[in-house]
Amino acid sequence: MTATPTANSYRNQPDEHGHFGQFGGRYVAETLMPLVLALEQEYNRAKVDPAFKAEFDDLLEHYVGRPSPLYFAPRLTEELGKSALPGKGAQVWFKRDELNHTGAHKINNCIGQILLAIRMGKTRIIAETGAGQHGVATATVCARFGLPCVVYMGATDVARQAPNVFRMKLLGAEVVPVTAGAATLKDAMNEALRDWVANVHDTFYIIGTAAGPHPYPELVRDFQSVIGKEARAQMLSRTGRLPDLLVAAIGGGSNAIGLFHPFLDDPSVKMLGVEAAGHGLDKEHAASLAGGRAGILHGNKTYLLQDDDGQIVEGHSISAGLDYPGIGPEHAWLKEVGRVDYTSVTDIEALDGFQLLCRTEGIIPALEPAHAIAAVKKIAPTLPKDTIILANLCGRGDKDIFSVAEHLGVEL
Amino acid sequence: MTRLSTTFAKGPALITFVTGGDGPTDAILDALVAGGADVIELGMPFTDPMADGPAIQAANLRSLGAGTKTADIFRIAAAFRVRHPEVPLVLMGYANPMITRGPEWFAAECAKAGVDGVICVDIPPEEDPELGPALRAAGVSLIRLATPTTDAARLPAVLEGSSGFLYYVSVTGITGLQQAAQTSIDEAVSRLKVHATIPVAVGFGVRTPEQAAAIAKVADGVVVGSALVDLVAKHGAAAAGPVGELTRALAQAVHSAR
Repeated sequence: MTATPTANSYRNQPDEHGHFGQFGGRYVAETLMPLVLALEQEYNRAKVDPAFKAEFDDLLEHYVGRPSPLYFAPRLTEELGKSALPGKGAQVWFKRDELNHTGAHKINNCIGQILLAIRMGKTRIIAETGAGQHGVATATVCARFGLPCVVYMGATDVARQAPNVFRMKLLGAEVVPVTAGAATLKDAMNEALRDWVANVHDTFYIIGTAAGPHPYPELVRDFQSVIGKEARAQMLSRTGRLPDLLVAAIGGGSNAIGLFHPFLDDPSVKMLGVEAAGHGLDKEHAASLAGGRAGILHGNKTYLLQDDDGQIVEGHSISAGLDYPGIGPEHAWLKEVGRVDYTSVTDIEALDGFQLLCRTEGIIPALEPAHAIAAVKKIAPTLPKDTIILANLCGRGDKDIFSVAEHLGVEL
Repeated sequence: MTRLSTTFAKGPALITFVTGGDGPTDAILDALVAGGADVIELGMPFTDPMADGPAIQAANLRSLGAGTKTADIFRIAAAFRVRHPEVPLVLMGYANPMITRGPEWFAAECAKAGVDGVICVDIPPEEDPELGPALRAAGVSLIRLATPTTDAARLPAVLEGSSGFLYYVSVTGITGLQQAAQTSIDEAVSRLKVHATIPVAVGFGVRTPEQAAAIAKVADGVVVGSALVDLVAKHGAAAAGPVGELTRALAQAVHSAR
């Protein structure tokens, strides 16, 4: 479906050591190294095993509900065109991954990873979660395959994402609140790594984003690339051409890399990753590319929010799913080589994008893709009318209505 | 002969860990030496100590909360070197604070402060270029960790480019919680000694003089950390006394084990 990678391809990363340029790698404690190497070997076997691909594809179709639709958004396009100069006002399309089972793109990756866990003979699953979407997706696949599941979640997030905590429990998972640090996603990831180190013999760690030690950034990207592969084929079949601009929100960056990767070798397709600027880039935010620098955390080298001493600074975003001080290493590399542009939008802009999509298209988005919508709102009016923007609608907003109500000053 | 090799040549060594900047570190280090500790491991605090259990996590956060900077750690180390010219001191911590100003900067600061070695939890041999070459060029030992999951095929890679001693993590887990069965430690140490030409020290989960003595019968060094850090947590500014007492008991056990 996509162009074949060549020597100068942007799709040949990572190298054999798991590096994307200077980023990525395997920065883990010695206890985990043999396991990480074993996972890499198993993944390399699975990648070329037709039975693995067949089972993955079958589950995506019949359990997750893929392919997700490609949708032209007429009223949003019209609305954004109102403020445009004559001849301007790009078409806005969405990849509808919010329609997946469990309500977000996270499930694509969880299906792939649990199949790997089973291949490796692991009998216990752990995961970290911020907003709870990855926790719910992990609990879901664990229930589907009958494996015990422990989800680490910052105590702060447990309090602000109560519906997802209950969902995970209904699905049979044990949710462990983490009180260390700021008690958010970063601390949940630390705790999951501690569990993993202590239980390497039987435990598989399903990481929720395209980050962590190699081969996680690669395999999460590959599993999420179903988004971009479908979108590319759907757009060609619907319009006879490729989109001009892809837009996706970025926390760790798995939905964005999943959309972008199959298009990386299409030179006419521009790409824009949207980080969370929180209260503003000069205040508290979670935009590690805009406000961070290279460092090592959670098994990989990437852009991190940190102080002069290399101590990690807590991120802030209205979206718990973007509230992480790092970013997947492939995005760090794509920024450095200039293939993808990155920008950021604030909490307030995201809230505005959230409401805009509700009113114009009858779709309640999650706060994560609301960041992408906010970026589209700024760009679409500046581009010619025949330009096609494709944004990833990576999650639905059911989980966010309570926090949105609170931010809008509405009492439920 | 380096300070480390001279120390290990004398017999089994007691290696004590405390987190820098948690409590009155200068006084605590003096109490460790006075109590008979042979090697000092000084923890560099980090916001995200992923390999550490609750005791050392809390110590990291107390230290950072008190405003400890990397410059303070080097100040503590340099002052220690002046007071104790012969006692080896190694820094233990996580990669990001070590590489954040560049590995050459870090290695040069270590050499300047009289630091003998560096233990970095999250730079495995596969990522050695990140820190190893700079330390070796500056004459600072890179001390690597081996674990129960480090098999014979992998061990040569772990030993390659490392010096000072090999730190055997006796449990698959985090610091300070469970303790490994002595028989498994005995087996592991003899397995490691087939390959290792440098001393082998054993740590993680060692809390009492009895445990320390049993390990010192087979290993070249015994590392105690969380039990001491717990005393710092409990006694705060007055921690030097209790730390010195426990160290004395541990040192006696280790030094008379063989």
